[in-house]
Amino acid sequence: MKQRYNFGYFFSEGLHSIFTHGFMSFAAVCMIICCLLIMGSFTLVAVNASSMFHSLEQENQFTAYIEDTLTQEEARGLQDDIEAIPNVARAEFVTKEEAQADFEADYEGNPLFESLPAEVYRDRFHIYLDDISQLAQTEQAVDDVAGVAWTKSAPEIAEGFVVIRNIASAVAIILVVILLLVSLFIIANTIKLATFNRREEIAIMKMCGATNAFVRWPFVFEGLILGLLGAVIAFFLEWGIYTLVGSAISTSDTIALVTVLPFGPMAWPVLGIFAATGLVIGVGGSSLAIRKFLQV
Amino acid sequence: MIRLIDIQKSYDNGTKALKGVSMRIDDGEFVFLVGPSGSGKSTIIKLITAEVAPIAGRLMVNGYNLNNIRPRQVPYMRRTLGVIFQDFRLIEKKTVRENLTFAMRAVGASPREIRKRIPYVLDLVGLDRKGDCRPNELSGGEQQRVAIARALVNNPQMIIADEPTGNLDPTRSLEIMMLLERINELGTTVLVVTHERELVDRFTKRVVAIENGRIISDETGGYYNNEATI
Repeated sequence: MKQRYNFGYFFSEGLHSIFTHGFMSFAAVCMIICCLLIMGSFTLVAVNASSMFHSLEQENQFTAYIEDTLTQEEARGLQDDIEAIPNVARAEFVTKEEAQADFEADYEGNPLFESLPAEVYRDRFHIYLDDISQLAQTEQAVDDVAGVAWTKSAPEIAEGFVVIRNIASAVAIILVVILLLVSLFIIANTIKLATFNRREEIAIMKMCGATNAFVRWPFVFEGLILGLLGAVIAFFLEWGIYTLVGSAISTSDTIALVTVLPFGPMAWPVLGIFAATGLVIGVGGSSLAIRKFLQV
Repeated sequence: MIRLIDIQKSYDNGTKALKGVSMRIDDGEFVFLVGPSGSGKSTIIKLITAEVAPIAGRLMVNGYNLNNIRPRQVPYMRRTLGVIFQDFRLIEKKTVRENLTFAMRAVGASPREIRKRIPYVLDLVGLDRKGDCRPNELSGGEQQRVAIARALVNNPQMIIADEPTGNLDPTRSLEIMMLLERINELGTTVLVVTHERELVDRFTKRVVAIENGRIISDETGGYYNNEATI
């Protein structure tokens, strides 16, 4: 008899066996949901942290002091040259009078800084960056602009931001990969338990002359359906939990400074990632689980 | 046709299950394979169904050389065999008809072929009215008939029955053996592994006796008369 691959049959067998082995299917879906929720929540926290870091980085700046031989109009005219430099997000011009007022306001009541002569102040630009890790190169480029006397930055703060951001990114990637592998392992074992109960069926099929592919496909479809089902349920739960936590944070008096990104713009990417991960752990888990039982 | 030529088989634990077994079963034969526990009967079955491979000797099954068969060819070789077990090995959650459908689906049969073949086989084994029953609603004898129907449903060249009457009373055992005899008369080769002396003695068939991994007698029309092997 010629071997026919009827994917409709495989799909219906996979779907049917989800219901006939209801408890194990329920256990597998629950495991997928838990794994995706843990992984998804961690990823969303990482995305929010990254966004906050980025905001803080954008607040970081350095100062370019202008030659005192230039008039205020000439000094202001350097803004276009400075903003044309790569990695400069924007440059804010501060006159020497504004600088003096700011300084005096900062050190009000300190006799040491009172009555400093006006000529010690210079016109200046506060320069904000797109990427703080490029601080040194950008600062050098600004320093090279004709009319700029010198620049002043706090590279240790910038380096600190870069180090923290890099560590946070590396930790996030490592943890997500570990969680993914743990999820795959747990799902494979859950499906292996389900498959163990059906080793007799597999042995009968093999003894009747079923090919490995014929035995495997219904399990693959079963894993696919369970993976997708778990992903969709996990997505809606994640949405609900994220929205609840976000609103709790934004209405809190103590941690209201933390800005939570809205879920809406992230919904499709999150759904896509959940669906893809659900598919990988469902199909991968079932394929791994059944391998042992095919050796009859 | 099955040919075993000087077959030897050892397991990983050092047990020498077969020590140079040679045997030939021609198409259309009915053969009893008898012997005490641990004599090597089950190993012969496992060799024929390609569950294990010999360490020496030559083995041919229905045109397939099992010494150098490719893994992907094994399912196609198994389709030439129908295997019956002592414990029936039916799927409890499926009805009789579904058990047979399952076996036919496993070899890629179309729904049309399944609809045509299953009533014929159920009628052959006398279960034409039990198609919608589940195995636990049937007697032991009826369950073994379902197992025979499942073995037959893909129209194999040979039926291998491993202790098919081990779980049945003498009357049901005789019925099952008569059914196998009838199947043999319809042209299918039958190999029955059994301990049941009286049953073997009631049929004048070829009896191959095996002990300690060696064939000690092979007589067409012989009977199970060696007390030491019981």
